[in-house]
Amino acid sequence: MTEPVIITEALTRKFGDFVAVDHVSFEVQPGEVVGYLGPNGSGKTTTIRMLLGLLEPSDGRATVLGFDAFRQSEEVRARAGYMSQKFALYDDLTVWENMEFYGGVYGIRDKARIKSTLSLLGLTGHEPTLTGSLSAGWRQRLALGIALVHQPKLLFLDEPTSGVDPTARRAFWDLIYDLASDGVTVFVTTHYMDEAEYCERVGIMRAGKLLAMDTPGNLKKKVLAGNVWQVAAYPFQTALDILPTLEGVLQAGMAGDTLRAITEQGVTASQLQAALQGKGIEVRSVERAEPTLEDVFLSLAR
Amino acid sequence: MNSRLFSIIRKEFIQIIRDPRTLAMILVIPVMQLFLLGYAATTDVRNVPIAVWDQSRSPESRALQDAFRAADYFRIAFDVGSEAELRDLIERGEARAALIIPPDYSERLLEGDAQVAMVLDGSDSTVGTTALSTARLIGQAQATKIMQEQTARSGRGAEFKPPLEVRTQVWYNPDLISAHFMIPGVIGMILFAITSILTATTIVRERERGTIEQLIVTPIRSWELVVGKLTPYVILSLFDTLVVLALGHLWFKVPVRGDLGLIIGLSGLLLLSGLGIGLFASTVANTQQEAMLTTWMTLLPAIFLSGFLFPLEAMPVVLRWISYVIPLRYYLVIIRALLLKGVGLAAIQNEVIALALFGVGIMGAAALRFRKRLD
Repeated sequence: MTEPVIITEALTRKFGDFVAVDHVSFEVQPGEVVGYLGPNGSGKTTTIRMLLGLLEPSDGRATVLGFDAFRQSEEVRARAGYMSQKFALYDDLTVWENMEFYGGVYGIRDKARIKSTLSLLGLTGHEPTLTGSLSAGWRQRLALGIALVHQPKLLFLDEPTSGVDPTARRAFWDLIYDLASDGVTVFVTTHYMDEAEYCERVGIMRAGKLLAMDTPGNLKKKVLAGNVWQVAAYPFQTALDILPTLEGVLQAGMAGDTLRAITEQGVTASQLQAALQGKGIEVRSVERAEPTLEDVFLSLAR
Repeated sequence: MNSRLFSIIRKEFIQIIRDPRTLAMILVIPVMQLFLLGYAATTDVRNVPIAVWDQSRSPESRALQDAFRAADYFRIAFDVGSEAELRDLIERGEARAALIIPPDYSERLLEGDAQVAMVLDGSDSTVGTTALSTARLIGQAQATKIMQEQTARSGRGAEFKPPLEVRTQVWYNPDLISAHFMIPGVIGMILFAITSILTATTIVRERERGTIEQLIVTPIRSWELVVGKLTPYVILSLFDTLVVLALGHLWFKVPVRGDLGLIIGLSGLLLLSGLGIGLFASTVANTQQEAMLTTWMTLLPAIFLSGFLFPLEAMPVVLRWISYVIPLRYYLVIIRALLLKGVGLAAIQNEVIALALFGVGIMGAAALRFRKRLD
């Protein structure tokens, strides 16, 4: 078996009294697409910064591509690509000039290489456009292009789809899968639950702690002990307050304009409906639902 | 050439060319400042308007007026008939001084104890001081002349000669043209201001836009980033030096007596200080505005305590001490000596050493602060 691309052992980072990343340990295998899911401020970006040697770990260690992430950060940086959530582009340079600049920084002067990276991203034809006048979706692609210009074997994407419309997000994930099929390992952070479903494995972060890391399917199987229900009921807020107090209900939450309940195995729809109606709630429907990572997150966050 | 360094320099040049504000700062402002300061910041007093209240109306009093007229310093703008009129003109600032000739001027002149009065507006001390000493000189010269005439007329033979005469010789700037003193200072100020402000903002801009984080995860080394970003500004500042020097020489006729290579080389030494201060400010500031403000805060004392406008010798001791840590102070001595006196390196070695020490010191401190890590 080959060496893992990323190994973290009890990786910890404190800012004063605040523990941003708290004893996080995981491994990422070559060619995997691993998602790092969690709300803003849960320690995702801090983890990536430590993996790239931008921040020194307060405790524990990280090994990336066989190098110590902090002490040998130059080695890591030369071999890894990084796309930050800010899309670090120069607005006053054209698409081509941005690529040429970052290429030159990695020692790539070969125009054909830059051209092929641009065509991979579908940016051919946009070379003379001033970056500042690009839409968010195109900026995102160019930011990815900058991370890819030196053809890294490992790619860190920090919230790559923030501020981008759903169509562009989907197209972006197609690109990530193209890269992964070429053997690139991708480590991507997101706070979109639906996006995490695309990943081969997902780590769930909350308040600096890695709560779980597994395939989306395994997470749902292991974490969600029971069944997931979609409930339409009225009055909405009262129903939301009452649901968790009912017997057999493990967890309740909102999902759009319906309620979501996780119950113990064996609880049936009619039982749930009767229990709610017993409390004076008008129930319109109770249906079994496919478990999502959101449900997993809710359960873990308990 | 190192591909990383080359890429940064090229990128920085493209960004300068695309940004009209930076471009104006580099190309237009130095020339504008040169002309503004070359003309406006002059301490030469000429054509001061004065009023004359001639109560004597005699050939002798007219001769005294002619003497005032003959000197370039005064322009007899008003002929008044009363003290009230005179006071009014001075109060309104239309006349800066007034000459009062008493009714018995020509009679008293014959008796040898004539007096005239000169009233000066002291609210502008520069004009007041010069007018005062000029009026005294004109009076003395006129007195000597009258004595010579009287001696000649009385037929006492031998011509009158004053027992003491001070013969002055002004070296380097014989006409005491203040532009010759100002323009070397302008060169120093422009170089210093442009390099420090632009350096600070160019680095902080990367932080503000978040591009610095992306640069840090590339194989760029700190020194390559700093050198690459500063090189275009060094080149453009040296270009500015030559433009201002050429304009100063051709338009304001400022002499360039020293060695041109030495002038450029030592201007480069001043740039080191400007770049160092800018780099240091960039490590303190988080936004371009903060960077601009920080450099301005160091620029103002640097300009006032450098001897650019006010002579250091006249300052209180404490301010003179502070001036020792101002690099522009040393450069001004160097550039004035090089341009006006045409001295060699030996005459200015102390200033060169001080400037070099400051430049290396501030650059070193800034480079230490400017580390590649974020925390």
